[in-house]
Amino acid sequence: MSYQVNGHTIEHDEEGYITTLSDWSKELADEIAKTENIDMTDEHWEVVNFLREYYDEYQIAPAVRVLIKAIKKSMGPDKGNNKYMYELFPYGPAKQACKIAGLPKPTGCV
Amino acid sequence: MSDIKKFLYVNRKPPYGTIYALESLEVVLIGAAFEQDVSLAFLDDGVFQLTRGQNTDAIGVKNFSPTFRALGDYEVTKLYVERESLDERGLTEGDLQEITYEDEDDDWEEKPSIRVVSRAEMAEIMADQDVVLSF
Repeated sequence: MSYQVNGHTIEHDEEGYITTLSDWSKELADEIAKTENIDMTDEHWEVVNFLREYYDEYQIAPAVRVLIKAIKKSMGPDKGNNKYMYELFPYGPAKQACKIAGLPKPTGCV
Repeated sequence: MSDIKKFLYVNRKPPYGTIYALESLEVVLIGAAFEQDVSLAFLDDGVFQLTRGQNTDAIGVKNFSPTFRALGDYEVTKLYVERESLDERGLTEGDLQEITYEDEDDDWEEKPSIRVVSRAEMAEIMADQDVVLSF
């Protein structure tokens, strides 16, 4: 199973998470977002970029509760709340945003 | 919700060479969702898990030591390290990475998560738990 971006083939697992984290690119993110029926806006990118930075620092994709708390701390309560995050990523902010960000599935997410 | 129980995860093995250390940390992160009172203990070679400046490039596995610094976000704020285990390995507290949490009840002040305790204190901490999980 794979995504096609600019003529490159990028492998993913049965749930759509890419298998090699260094394969990620912004073009790939757009491609993954399409399969999730998400139109990437600046607000989506803000979360995806935040997740990539979090992973870079802690080597972990945070659970949704932790993600929302961290967003609240960094961007304020207008964005760091369930409603805002689920409007951006209806099938789970951690799950979908991590997939688009090219990270592994969040630990503890089944 | 049922009553909150005290969970202690005991880590006795070095970080790499076996999967125990990483598995323990993953169980802690998953378990943190259940909002129990979670502590971690590091003794024997387990103290090496917290050393600073780990580099795994040559052994081809992920360096997961930065993940310990995310524990505060998961409300896991008690990491007990046994002093005797450090001493026996020629380590001091200064050889361990800094791990902090923000205390919600104290205006989000940053506080250290690592607490170095004696072997006797560690025994008391263990005796005080509802559940002890050994890795």
